[in-house]
Amino acid sequence: MGWRWDFTYEILPQMAIATLNTILAAGVGYAIALIVGLFFLLAQRTPSKIFNWVNREIVEFIRSTPLLIQLFFVYFVLPQFGITLSAWVCGMITIGLHFGTYMSEVYRGALEGVSKTQWEACRALNFSTIYTYRRIVLPQAFPIAIPGMGNYLVGIFKDTPLLSTIGVAELFHAATAVGGYNYRYLEPYTLVGIIFLTLSIPAAMWVRKLERDVNIAQGKIKK
Amino acid sequence: MPGFYKSKGITLTYFEFLNEHGITLLLGTVTTMKVLVCSMILYVIISMIFGLMRLSKNPVIQGIATVYIEFFRGTSLLVQLFWAYYVLPFFGISLEAFTAGVVALGLNFGAYGAEIVRAGILAVPKGQWEAAHSLNFTPAKKIKRIIIPQIFPIILPPAANLTVELLKATALVALVTVVDLTFEAKQINSITWLSAQCFGTALLIYYIMARFALVPFLRWLEVLAARKVGKEKI
Repeated sequence: MGWRWDFTYEILPQMAIATLNTILAAGVGYAIALIVGLFFLLAQRTPSKIFNWVNREIVEFIRSTPLLIQLFFVYFVLPQFGITLSAWVCGMITIGLHFGTYMSEVYRGALEGVSKTQWEACRALNFSTIYTYRRIVLPQAFPIAIPGMGNYLVGIFKDTPLLSTIGVAELFHAATAVGGYNYRYLEPYTLVGIIFLTLSIPAAMWVRKLERDVNIAQGKIKK
Repeated sequence: MPGFYKSKGITLTYFEFLNEHGITLLLGTVTTMKVLVCSMILYVIISMIFGLMRLSKNPVIQGIATVYIEFFRGTSLLVQLFWAYYVLPFFGISLEAFTAGVVALGLNFGAYGAEIVRAGILAVPKGQWEAAHSLNFTPAKKIKRIIIPQIFPIILPPAANLTVELLKATALVALVTVVDLTFEAKQINSITWLSAQCFGTALLIYYIMARFALVPFLRWLEVLAARKVGKEKI
């Protein structure tokens, strides 16, 4: 059983459309994760110690359990409480929550990466907290967060195949369907691998370049 | 028999559920642990080898390592798993589900681990190499006695994160029919339709494994490694 080019060409259009779905899923999931991460971050920085602790535990829990089971949990359990969502929505919610916890850690690390003296200087100058964040802290924290944020974009993209387990029609789902229909898995799965490589390697390289540019701009390394 | 209990009008309390299906879930947990331990050993070995290869001065060896790392980091673990289980038989290599799962996990995480090892070796100060060189140590002794003990405190924290990721990733082997915790949870769900109970319990078991077994063990290793080079950890 060798590689069959005619079969490859036959399934290529289907796979291309499914690739668009994968990219869409990764993009939407990422957008949700960015926002959810912000909420987790804010919830960890409230004056109430107990609230912060509970929040940290929730983040820990989501971070140390598999995304796959979380997907099943959201997809199968919500209907028991009368909330029936489509597979797409469930997948996006779960990916957003799961990676939101990671994003909150990225944000937290970036904020802690801004030196304490900056805060003290702002207090000495009698800047308001909002002004301090907006003009002093965030512009310095953002470059630190960029590499982490970029890595999780690639990470989410590579985790989208999990969505196929609850029936989201993305790339991997299409490959399984095509493979099952024709009883040939060699070409579909190999194509999926190639498509992932051609998309994620440039993305990873771009993130690395961004990281380098940021370091150069901050004067950490020289050109 | 969908909704077995519901169709009979029986409502189970959580304890009755555990009484009925707890053993099955525990058996699945044992398989998950087996997968974890096997793939952990494999990925540590692979990352050591490829981490060193990546730093080789020979362009062929370095090229092989780079291609390997980029390939396995660039594609999704699920795709690699399915490839190992469903496509390799086309080439005459039939792996058992368990073996395919462990091999795919080991190769995937080995690629990430190799980068950690590489960064760890590069992070050892140059003066250490030079000092060992000027004391006329042989290359083998230099690596074994000077460099490696200093690498561990550097690479263990990121390696610990990676290992927790590995525990989470073992859930995927259920999709290539390895009967692990995830597989059992799915199975029980399809029989009883008690989704909240079975997936909730599975989530809890994963959490307990990660938080109260794996992470303390890895922290202990970190302390051990730090003590060895005379640094008090935290």
